[in-house]
Amino acid sequence: MSGRPTIAVVTFPGSLDDGDMRLALELVGAEPVAVWHADERLPGRIGAVVLPGGFSYGDYLRCGALAKLAPLMRAVRTFAAEGGPVLGVCNGFQILCEAGLLPGALLANRQLEYVCRDVTIAVEESNATALRELEPTTTLELPIKHGQGNWYADDETLAEISARGQITLRYTEDVNGSRGRVAGVCNEVGNVLGLMPHPEHAVDPLLGPIGGRPMLAGLVAAARDHLGIAA
Amino acid sequence: MRATVTIRPKPGILDPPGEAVQGSLASLGFAVTRARVGRIVELELATDDPAEAHAQLGRMATQLLANPLIESYEIEVEGT
Repeated sequence: MSGRPTIAVVTFPGSLDDGDMRLALELVGAEPVAVWHADERLPGRIGAVVLPGGFSYGDYLRCGALAKLAPLMRAVRTFAAEGGPVLGVCNGFQILCEAGLLPGALLANRQLEYVCRDVTIAVEESNATALRELEPTTTLELPIKHGQGNWYADDETLAEISARGQITLRYTEDVNGSRGRVAGVCNEVGNVLGLMPHPEHAVDPLLGPIGGRPMLAGLVAAARDHLGIAA
Repeated sequence: MRATVTIRPKPGILDPPGEAVQGSLASLGFAVTRARVGRIVELELATDDPAEAHAQLGRMATQLLANPLIESYEIEVEGT
């Protein structure tokens, strides 16, 4: 078997970044495969699943609230429960929070404005499998583009998940009112990771920063491990 | 039977849409010190049993209509 792990990129009605995500994953050594939200199953031999950014189901009711009930999400939950690496970016992060696979919720940005610019994020010491090759305090430059990226958890939850190594990424400045400047969190085991910044838009120096490369390369490594294949 | 579920941002939760509405009302000259924006979902249920309706609506609210981390909800069933 070749060293390219297959990674499923889910398309919901209203997904926007699924195409860029597939291109970026290919660039960092994966074999991306498009999967439709209405499918009941993931294709066989999948190394990781990515929920990309966009406005699934038009963001009706709440961002991610309807997507969490998509038929494919049952298979994604099972995959995650079995230790499969899952990455949610932007709307994908909102979906994972709504689905209860990640802690917290994403509120409207404090400044009442959509924010679209490059930001610097710092890697925290956390359980996130996909980031284990990145030293804590490493900083990465990535774009953000969201109106509802203001991550919120109550005091008790925040203390618990901080103690358990689930705070994964922080903005180096306040960009949207997010509690503790949190930009990304993972589940307790570390195989499910969600973040608001867009690694898939930051892989080619021609187009700007390339902070997304090491992050997606980490996901590819985690996907290889999950499948038990060598690089 | 008809029912209404009202969803509100929980007390203490930041509500940027509410703040935006408050600011716009102020620009119209209204002295509004606070505005909070929620949602109303109107439903018609197949059941005629008020107890069953309340039970179903509670499950709808916690499973989908409200996010209990950030929102509270109230259920009203017409005629009860």
